Amino acid sequence: MTSGTNTMTKDTILKVEHLSMKFGGLMAINDFSFEARRGEITALIGPNGAGKTTVFNCITGFYKPTMGMITLARRNGKEFLLERLRDFEINKVGGVARTFQNIRLFSGLTVLENLLVAQHNALMKASGYTLLGLLGLPVYRKAVDLSIEKAKYWLDKADLTDRADDPAGDLPYGAQRRLEIARAMCTEPELLCLDEPAAGLNPRESAALNALLHSIRDEGVSILLIEHDMSVVMEISDHVVVLEYGQKISDGTPDHVKNDPKVIAAYLGVEDDEVDEVIAVELEGGHL
Amino acid sequence: MAISPVPASDNLMGKALKEALFAGVIAFLMFLLFVGIETYQDINNALVWRTRWTLLAVFVVISVVGRFVTVAFIRPHLDNRKLNKAKEGIPDLSEDKGFLRKHFLKFALILMLAYPFLSLLIVGKQGSLKYVDNFGIQILIYVMLAWGLNIVVGLAGLLDLGYVAFYAVGAYSYALLSSHFGFSFWILLPLSGIFAALWGIMLGFPVLRLRGDYLAIVTLAFGEIIRLVLINWTDVTMGTFGIAGIAKASFFGIWSFDTGSPTSFVKAWGLSASSVYYKIFLFYIILALCILTAYVTIRLRRMPIGRAWEALREDEIACRSLGIDTVTTKLTAFATGAMFGGFAGAFFAARQGFVSPESFVFLESAVILAIVVLGGMGSLTGIAIAAAVMVGGTEILREMSFLKVVFGPDFTPELYRMLLFGLAMIIVMLFKPRGFVGSREPTAFLKERKAVSGSFTKEGHG
Repeated sequence: MTSGTNTMTKDTILKVEHLSMKFGGLMAINDFSFEARRGEITALIGPNGAGKTTVFNCITGFYKPTMGMITLARRNGKEFLLERLRDFEINKVGGVARTFQNIRLFSGLTVLENLLVAQHNALMKASGYTLLGLLGLPVYRKAVDLSIEKAKYWLDKADLTDRADDPAGDLPYGAQRRLEIARAMCTEPELLCLDEPAAGLNPRESAALNALLHSIRDEGVSILLIEHDMSVVMEISDHVVVLEYGQKISDGTPDHVKNDPKVIAAYLGVEDDEVDEVIAVELEGGHL
Repeated sequence: MAISPVPASDNLMGKALKEALFAGVIAFLMFLLFVGIETYQDINNALVWRTRWTLLAVFVVISVVGRFVTVAFIRPHLDNRKLNKAKEGIPDLSEDKGFLRKHFLKFALILMLAYPFLSLLIVGKQGSLKYVDNFGIQILIYVMLAWGLNIVVGLAGLLDLGYVAFYAVGAYSYALLSSHFGFSFWILLPLSGIFAALWGIMLGFPVLRLRGDYLAIVTLAFGEIIRLVLINWTDVTMGTFGIAGIAKASFFGIWSFDTGSPTSFVKAWGLSASSVYYKIFLFYIILALCILTAYVTIRLRRMPIGRAWEALREDEIACRSLGIDTVTTKLTAFATGAMFGGFAGAFFAARQGFVSPESFVFLESAVILAIVVLGGMGSLTGIAIAAAVMVGGTEILREMSFLKVVFGPDFTPELYRMLLFGLAMIIVMLFKPRGFVGSREPTAFLKERKAVSGSFTKEGHG
């Protein structure tokens, strides 16, 4: 599937330059650079342990990179160096939202409450940092109504309206994944980072996820995702970056990446009948 | 062939007998040293010991009989009942509550408002001193403290083992400012709350970077530091002697409760002198403070800040990814909880007329925390019930002189307060691991408000 990028704006939303991350003696990411363009779905793929989640954690502020620069350009023209922002400011100021590989919902809060918590900063401001809200001023009440409207919108998109009043921990796995995405979207991000959103989904849930991601992109939100499921990556992404052992080995459209001999060697192209050979080689202690 | 679920009765009796004997042996070994032997000081102040075999025998007999009855009668009865219910095949899922349970809060409030007058009517002036002061005020102080701590532990999920420090700050703020500057209770009550909240913020800044067990240990240490400062800063706090003669609260500055005062409440109303009026007045103050705490807690839970507290308890990392400043969120929880602790402290000082560091030991923190956990973290109703049971229960122990019939004439039930407290906690936690009220009321809903089962909520790790 080719990307329809020529109809979209070409400007860059995220620029990662010479990113390196060291854990003790281990170089998890080594001089990694890539760009994500506004309004596109960019996929970050690579074998297990290649450092994809580490890159994610650097972008979303959970790690401070050892070296390198991560520049985020917002729609209003402001630019931020993400590695200099405090962890929560990356969402609040930078407009970057993320999901987690192992789902992190507020399981004891209801689905609706999860989406309201995500609108914390907007509601805090409207409530005059709680003080005016305690008085029950109409400004605050209006903001609350708006926040519930927005939550309803995303509940509808994620197909969760029926379960709005159930605890988030009670949802089936696929619904929890969708809720996590809806919750991230309630923070009104410009860049949505998804860490393996299709992991553990059955084909039907996977298709629903693809549709959800497309509709998010069509709203003008850029998406950066890590994914193992190649069918998802090839079907929905406009741009693919391949990472192996902390280094970039390929970068381009899905078609380009699919046919890149380096990628084929490292990751994608081992055909089913070749798997046995590969295993045989590895069993003998050799390397691919 | 269906297998009979109830074993033949002689078999059961044999089993019960065996288990009862076993329980007896264990009880004997367990109580041998700490019931069977008593240490005391003789005339020369030397520590000597004597044996108390009869008391030990009573303990052992109680456990043997208790075990026998449980195994032989109670357990088969419960099993049968469960089996019959299962046979009927109708699961009990109805959520309709009885009239009493539905309006429980209204009844509780009316009862609380009428309580002092009921006790006046039933036991008279002198008798109601005990019921209003020892039961009413004492329980309500703990209700308020536990509701304050509930904001920190139950909502925000921050394990605070030094909560009593804020109680102490409130009490000493009132004691010192009232005796040095003569400010009235009604000025110092809010001031004490503000001071305690400031202390909460000051302690919070360095401490709240820690999580889980580490936070618990450091808050414990801060609680102890406050107490040690109170003991050792003798120029200001009078050390272990404490501060005595703290001014009483006045009736909003209109009437005083001091007997010699020209604006005495008793004279103004032409009543015979009795301290019971002051106690009743204090009862209503602490009741009002409790209602304020509950009201603020309920309101805050529905505000973004309250939701952020609960989200923090559920998952701190997810909070940060959503742009919530976890440090300020934790600080506000800490400060709000501390403020209510400060109010309670100021009230405590006004009620006692005397404060000393001895009132603010770690055990107090532990009791307050136990009440929060037993009540069900986050649930105001559950916590109030837990406070009534725990604090009221220990007070009732003093009244249980009939126990002397069982355990012998020199048995003092109050001494077993902590033993029974622990026993009660183990029993509650066995049968209701999430506390009396384990479920959580959602703060917003689209169609219907469904309580969230306690199995989904987390306890927090920060």
